[in-house]
Amino acid sequence: MAKTLTTKPGASARPLSPHLQIYKMTITMAMSILHRITGAALFFGTALLVVFLVALSTGKGNFALVEAVYGSLIGKLVLFGYTWALFHHMLGGLRHLVWDTGAGFDRLSRFQLGWATLIGALVMTGLVWLIFFIG
Amino acid sequence: MQQASSSLRTPASRVRGLGAAKSGTGHFWLQRVTAVANIPLTIAFVIIILMLAKRDYAGALALVAHPVAAILLLLFILSGAVHMRLGMQVIIEDYVHQEGAKIALLMLNTFFAIAMALGATYAILRIGFAG
Repeated sequence: MAKTLTTKPGASARPLSPHLQIYKMTITMAMSILHRITGAALFFGTALLVVFLVALSTGKGNFALVEAVYGSLIGKLVLFGYTWALFHHMLGGLRHLVWDTGAGFDRLSRFQLGWATLIGALVMTGLVWLIFFIG
Repeated sequence: MQQASSSLRTPASRVRGLGAAKSGTGHFWLQRVTAVANIPLTIAFVIIILMLAKRDYAGALALVAHPVAAILLLLFILSGAVHMRLGMQVIIEDYVHQEGAKIALLMLNTFFAIAMALGATYAILRIGFAG
């Protein structure tokens, strides 16, 4: 099967299915793509938590090092991105759980669930970082 | 039994309900179970991290050593590790079609998920039992 998926030089040109660049971007399409991207980002981002916990458990020096790296500007940006990915994937997942019940497939619901995921995740991320900076 | 004549599947295959992948709905269901668990656990995790963020070394140790925080962190990392392994498995299966590379990446995926889960578990228990 795998061999038919690639077009080899010299092979007769076969018609290909329309792909991403053919279709107009819709909110459901954008949220589907973002759900996968945030999921993959969280997969690797888990290492941030593990490194922090292991550093904390192994002594003051390691903790200070991780604190300095995570507290730097780049560190904060990465953690901000992780926070957003976490909330976006959580709300996107909630949307999928709604769909698993068979509800929310009509045009208006799809539109509303998609925008609620996008805006809700940004608001929650903003709130968490607001609490961090003023708390 | 009347149906058997209209299907190429054996009655035993149909009863087992495992389909072509031989794993039934196990993957799908575990993804959903961990997804549901991850919602409250994620909220708890974010609250714990916010509490940790402003603490010094001794304060951070004391918080992670607290049974409620420790257990919630353990649940979050374990449920998360299972969930992310299933999710990454689907991504690999979608995009990697070369058989050798696919098998290698699927193994790496499992190794990474287990390493993350056990790494965090080791650290949390070490902090908890040290106190």
